[in-house]
Amino acid sequence: MKKLLLASALLTSSALMPAFAADYVIDTKGAHASINFKASHMGFSVLAGRFNKFSGNFSYDKDNITAAKISVTIDTSSFDSNHAKRDKHVRSDDFLDVSKYAQATFVSTKVEDKGNGKLAINGNFTMHGVTKPLVINAVKVGEGSDPWGGYRAGFNGTATIAMGDFGFKKDFGKVDLELHIEGIRK
Amino acid sequence: MIRNKLLWETSKQKYGLVSKGLHWLSALAVFTLFGLGYWMVDLDYYSEWYQRAPHWHESAGLLLCIVTLFRLVWRTIATKPEIISSHSALEKKCSAIMTFALYFILLTVFASGYLITSADGKAIAVFDWFNVSAFILIAENQEDLAGAIHYYIAYTLIFMALIHALAALKHHFIDKDNTLKRMIK
Repeated sequence: MKKLLLASALLTSSALMPAFAADYVIDTKGAHASINFKASHMGFSVLAGRFNKFSGNFSYDKDNITAAKISVTIDTSSFDSNHAKRDKHVRSDDFLDVSKYAQATFVSTKVEDKGNGKLAINGNFTMHGVTKPLVINAVKVGEGSDPWGGYRAGFNGTATIAMGDFGFKKDFGKVDLELHIEGIRK
Repeated sequence: MIRNKLLWETSKQKYGLVSKGLHWLSALAVFTLFGLGYWMVDLDYYSEWYQRAPHWHESAGLLLCIVTLFRLVWRTIATKPEIISSHSALEKKCSAIMTFALYFILLTVFASGYLITSADGKAIAVFDWFNVSAFILIAENQEDLAGAIHYYIAYTLIFMALIHALAALKHHFIDKDNTLKRMIK
């Protein structure tokens, strides 16, 4: 009983402590996160797909948004557009060349608070061995305690890259990236 | 039952028409499919053949697979021609190994090709004639693994087939025996 009281006292005090940037791990284990892409199919339609494997961390404090940080690592071989032959082609050296460049990474450098839960996440995106600055326009979705004793925060983000910037052999124009990220506080 | 030795049965001196037909059809198909495959993998996305060539390659490949399965059944039914007595023990051994290897490699090429196209669980259309349904997924990124196997095994098959052809020519022109003739006449 004493232990329980002590534990609850500790929990309460930690909840009352002044907010400081909390570190979160992206919940890829529970798959409450996804990285999707959209590209034009020759102007006829939009082709959508995703990367099934990635991992990442972020730190975020709603009272000090500009101190936020995020880093995400994508396993490029997990490219999935629900078509085996296309996936094989995109993983080949015509595009991602995953045997040589197994990872793509995004590391934030500066986060701007755009108000109303909107953030502009500036950072460097590395893919196919090429690093380019990239801005992810993010929106906070929600934050709070989950029913299982954890604390979560989630965001949506969008960014657009040009395939031509990353030195692929083939270039089909622009690709829209869409990130849905839910983090569990460490 | 009418027994037509020339047409359906393999005689003691030579192969029957069915065996010969299956052999030469396979030879033609294997080299055509290899050429088609070699050419189509480098097609540009905007080529008018980009969709059609793989479709034909897969369709013909699956049909050849069916033909080969029939051929394996047929060779157990049909009478085998007698082993040519002038062949040395080593030649007999090599011939047996080569026969096994060619069939084994051929089946591996079919299996790996099928596993590339069906890796996403979708059926393969054979000339829009019938569909071959997909097998349950075996491995993650199955299309990459199956693709690598298909690539190397296909080259191995062509290499083995050329050795097989050279051996037949050696028997015909150097040993001047009946080895090649019994598959032609």
